[in-house]
Amino acid sequence: MMKKKRKKNIYQLAVWTWSWVATMAIASFGPKYIWDDNAVLTALAISVNFANGILMIIANRKFVNNLDELERKIHLESMALTLGLAVVVGLSYSLLDTTNLIGFDAEISNLVLFFGITYLICITVNTRRYR
Amino acid sequence: MKNKLKVLRAENSYTQEDLADIIGVSRQTINAIEKEKFDPSLPTAFRISKLFKLPIEAIFYFEEN
Repeated sequence: MMKKKRKKNIYQLAVWTWSWVATMAIASFGPKYIWDDNAVLTALAISVNFANGILMIIANRKFVNNLDELERKIHLESMALTLGLAVVVGLSYSLLDTTNLIGFDAEISNLVLFFGITYLICITVNTRRYR
Repeated sequence: MKNKLKVLRAENSYTQEDLADIIGVSRQTINAIEKEKFDPSLPTAFRISKLFKLPIEAIFYFEEN
């Protein structure tokens, strides 16, 4: 029962995550390559991506709430570390840009990539700790 | 916290997977409890106690390091 529900939650989370990535790609590249900067279509693509993102968050919440106590602890610890590091590293990265210590603009996409990698490392390390 | 979960599980011929399914947690959680790396929540401790028909304090006990 628990395994079935877990599989369903993982599947739903994967579907919403990948569709969010796809709608993000459409909203990013569509204006230039598909609809020639049409403002209405661009606004529509961004709205669809935003709505998709909200559904992804809801699916993630459902997934986390369905985890058992140890898994939830592992995910919460990982989220806490990721959130803390993201704020600290993100602001330091932004400072490097505003003080012109780096020769390029601080891109939000780099920070998103950092979130993902940090979370993945934290989950791996925490899972090993309880083996 | 110390526990006798591994012994009780072996006495009742349950695998970690069986016990995890009955209690409603993952196999990893059962393994972590047995290795005393993780203390179960009260509802999980009660479910284990009910399954083995033993009081909680007969399965889990506190030992000062």
